[in-house]
Amino acid sequence: MAQFSLNINGKSVQVDVDPNTPLLWVLRDHLDLVGTKFGCGIAQCGACTVHVDGEAVRSCSYPISIVEDKKVVTIEGLSEKGDHPVQKAWVEHDVPQCGYCQSGQIMSAASLLARNPKPTDEEITSAMNGNICRCGTYTRIKAAIKTASQTL
Amino acid sequence: MSNQSTKLDRRSFLKDSALAGGGMMLSFNWLAGCKPNTEEALGMPEDWFRMNGYIRIGDNGLVTLMSPNPEGGQNVKTSMPMILAEELDADWTKVIVEQAPLDTDNFTRQFIGGSQAIRTGWTPLRTAGATARQMLMRAAAQTWNVPVSEITTEPGFILHQSSNKKAHFGEMASLAATLPVPEEVDLKASQDFKIIGTSKKNVDLNKIVTGKPLFGMDYKKEGMLYAMIIHPPAFGNRLKSFDDSQARSMPGIRDIFQFKSLRDDYKRTFFDTVQFTDLIAIVGDSTWQVLQAKKAIKADWEIQEGYEEQRDMFGREAVRVVPKGLENTVAQEMAMKQAAQKSQTQRKDGNPEAVFSTAAKVIERTYTGPFLAHNCMEPMNFFAHLEGDTVTCAGPLQKPELTEHALSSRLGIPVENIEIEMTRLGGGYGRRSYAHWLIEAAVISQKMNAPVKLVYTREDDMTGGVYRSRYQATYRAALNEDNQLIAFHVNAGGLPENPLYANRFPAGAVDNYLAEGWEVPSNITTGSFRAPRSNFMACVEQSFLDEVAEAAGKDPIDFRLELLAKAKANPVGEGNDYDPDRYAKVLELVREKANWANPTPGVSRGVSAYFCHNSYAAQVLDMKIVDGQVQIDKVTNAIDCGLVVNPDAAKNLCEGAVIDGIGTAMYGELTFENGVISKSNFDQYRQIRMKEAPKSIETYFVENGEDPSGLGEPAYPPVFAALANALYKATGNRFYDQPFSRQSNS
Repeated sequence: MAQFSLNINGKSVQVDVDPNTPLLWVLRDHLDLVGTKFGCGIAQCGACTVHVDGEAVRSCSYPISIVEDKKVVTIEGLSEKGDHPVQKAWVEHDVPQCGYCQSGQIMSAASLLARNPKPTDEEITSAMNGNICRCGTYTRIKAAIKTASQTL
Repeated sequence: MSNQSTKLDRRSFLKDSALAGGGMMLSFNWLAGCKPNTEEALGMPEDWFRMNGYIRIGDNGLVTLMSPNPEGGQNVKTSMPMILAEELDADWTKVIVEQAPLDTDNFTRQFIGGSQAIRTGWTPLRTAGATARQMLMRAAAQTWNVPVSEITTEPGFILHQSSNKKAHFGEMASLAATLPVPEEVDLKASQDFKIIGTSKKNVDLNKIVTGKPLFGMDYKKEGMLYAMIIHPPAFGNRLKSFDDSQARSMPGIRDIFQFKSLRDDYKRTFFDTVQFTDLIAIVGDSTWQVLQAKKAIKADWEIQEGYEEQRDMFGREAVRVVPKGLENTVAQEMAMKQAAQKSQTQRKDGNPEAVFSTAAKVIERTYTGPFLAHNCMEPMNFFAHLEGDTVTCAGPLQKPELTEHALSSRLGIPVENIEIEMTRLGGGYGRRSYAHWLIEAAVISQKMNAPVKLVYTREDDMTGGVYRSRYQATYRAALNEDNQLIAFHVNAGGLPENPLYANRFPAGAVDNYLAEGWEVPSNITTGSFRAPRSNFMACVEQSFLDEVAEAAGKDPIDFRLELLAKAKANPVGEGNDYDPDRYAKVLELVREKANWANPTPGVSRGVSAYFCHNSYAAQVLDMKIVDGQVQIDKVTNAIDCGLVVNPDAAKNLCEGAVIDGIGTAMYGELTFENGVISKSNFDQYRQIRMKEAPKSIETYFVENGEDPSGLGEPAYPPVFAALANALYKATGNRFYDQPFSRQSNS
C-alpha cells in the first residue's frame, strides 16, 4: 500500500492503495466515482475511458502509480451541469439504450473533438472504434458527435 | 373510447409516507420531461398520495409513476410510464419515474423476456392511469359540488368549465386517494392520445450522460464487502480441492471459502440454469484486492460424473440429461449430424416424400450456427445482505420473481422475506434471466454476515455461461415445372436445444410440408438469447427461401408474397403461427421504402422478413465490398409492432437490433476444446464496432391501429439473412455457416 495524491476533476484527493491498482478501481471503489465503468479489464471495450492530462485512456489498465501529478477528468467532471457539447448532443439524439458503455463513449468523443473539432466520418470511426456498444447505438453516437462538432 | 373493468388493489390508497421529501429541492434531471438546459427547479411536495400501486400524486401536482418492469435498454422505464401518464392525463414535464422493486402484490410479470412488457402491460397500465384520473375527477366533483360528468381534464389539471373552476392534480389528490376505486373506467380513443405516439426522451438519459449511479455494478452500501467467485475452467469439470495459502494473507482479504449455490435436493425450475454450483468465494475490501487474491488461488479440478436433472418447467416435468465428459466442437458437430438422422416429426402436411421423389427440381442446403455468448457490457453482479431471516438484494436481472424460489430454498427463508431492488441492466439479451449470481451473492453474505457485492470478471462472465445453443438445420424445397414451391422440408436441431418452430412460415403456404426436430444432450448450459431460436431459424429459413426464389427464377420479395397470398387464400394445415396479411405488409413497405425496384449500381442488396414475438419485421440491406471488407451502406427496416408508444426510442431499438444482428452473424462464435471455452474476453470474442456498423439505418412502422406488441427482439432475427443474401449478391457465394466472417475474410 502507498499514499497517492491525485487531482480528480479539479479536486485534490489522497488515496492509500496498492501502486498497481488501476485508476478505474480507485475511482469506483475508493472515490465513489462510479460513472467510469468496468467492462473487460484489458483495455478492449472502452467502457472505462477517462481523460488523463487531456488524453483519453483506458483506466482499467492504467495503474495509479503513474497517475500522480497528472490531471484526471471523469464523466462526473466533464462539465459542471452536464452541459458539455457532447453530453448535450447525446441528449438531443437520445443515444443510449442500456447506457452502460455511454460514459466511456462520451469521454472518447470529447477527447476526439478537443483535438479535432471538425472530424471527418473516417476520423470519428477511427477514434471511436475502441469503444464497444453492445446494444448497437453506433449510428446515433456518430450523429451525436457530428452535432456536437457543429457547436464547437 | 373503450370501457375497462378495474381490478386494482383497494388497500393502502391513503397518504404514502414512504416517499416523504418535504422541503427538498428537486433538480430538473429527476423529471421525466428531461429538459437538460432549464434552470427550473420544483419543490418536492410535503405529502404524496397513493392512487394505486403505480401512481402517487404530490400535493403540489408532481406525479410519481412506478415503472414495473426491469429496464435493460428496451426503453420500458420510459414507455410504460408514458402509457400510465396518457390515461392519467398527466403533464409529462411534471412526472418523476421510479423503478418499482419486485412487488408481486401490485404488479404482474415484472420480466424482461419475450418482448412482452408493452403488449401485456398495455391494458393494466392504461387502466391504472384511467382509474386514478377518474378518482381525481370524482374528488373535484365532490369538492365543487357538480356532477362528475361535467368534469374534464387537461394535462395535470382538473376542470369544471361552466363554473370556470380549475385545480391541479395535487389539490384533489388527498381526497381522491380516499374515494372508492371505480368499478369500470373509460379508456381513451387512440386518436385522443397526447403522449403515446410522441417521442419522449429516456427518463434516465441525464443520469447516464453525467455518470450517476444507476447500475448494479454501481451499487454501494455502508460496510459492503466485495466478492468474486472461481468456477471450473471446463464444462464437465468440478472442484476437487484448492490451495489458498498465499491468497489468504494478501492485503484486504477477509475470507476465502468453498460453497454451494443450490441445494442438492432443490428441484430446478425453468430459469434455474447453471452448470457450476460448487464454487470458491473470495471476499475482501476492494475489487482489485479480491481480484489479486483470486489469481493467487491454485485449484484442482476433477471430472464430474454424468447425471439427470429433474426440472419443473412451469408445471411440466422435464429431465435434463447432463452427460459426463469434456466436449469438443468437432465431436459435437459429428453428434449433431448423427442426431439429425433420428429426428421427431413435429408437423406434416400432405405427402412430402412422394412429391420430393417426383419434383422437377429439388434444392437441399444445410446451415449451422455456433454457440454464442451474450456478453452484456455490464458483467454479471449482484448485491445481497442477509440479516437474520431477511435478505435484501439489489442488482440487474430480468426475472426476479422466477429466481426467488431457488434463493428461498437455498437460504431457508420464506419468499416473503426476500426484497429485490432492480437496478438498470447494462444489457440483458437473455443472460440475466438466469440469476444464479444473485443466489451466490446471498450465500456469500450469509457466510460473511455482511453486505456483499459479487462481481464477475469479464472472463468469469464469458466462460461461466449460459449460452445460445449450437444449431443445425437442413432444408429441402421441391419445385414443379412451373417453378411453384410444391414441397418443403425442414430438419432442425441443436446441442442441446431444438430451435424448430414447426408452424412458422412457410408452413401453411405449401401443400406438402414436413418439419422435424432433434436434440443432442450436452453438459454445456444454454438458454434464452435475444429472440431465442428465432435468431437462428430466421437466418436459415430466409437464406434458404432466397436461394429457392432464385432457383424458381423469381424476385425474392415477389416469391415470398406469392406464398403469403396462398397462405391467406387457402391455408394449409392447422395452427399457422403468423398473419399472412401483416407479414405481406412489412415486405411491401420495405420494398417501397428501400426503393427495391431501382437499386443503386454497384450496391448489393439482400432482403429478409420474419415474424416472432407477436411482431413482424422486414429488412433490406445494402452493401458493397470495399478493399476486401464488407461495407454496409444502409439497412431499411419495415416493422409492424402495432401501435408505437415512443417512436424515436422504438427506432433506436430497431437500429440496435440491426447492428447487433449483423455483428453476431459476422463474428459471433464460441467453440470448445476439452470442455474449455475458446474465448474469454473481447480481445478474442469479436463484437461489432463502429467501423463495421451500417452507415445508415432507416426504420418505418406499419400504421394499422393494432394494439402494441413487442419490439426488443423482432427486428433482430431477420437481419442475419438480409446480410447473408446481400453477401451472396456481392460475392457470388452463399453463406451457410455462421459466423460469416470466416468465409468472407473480413
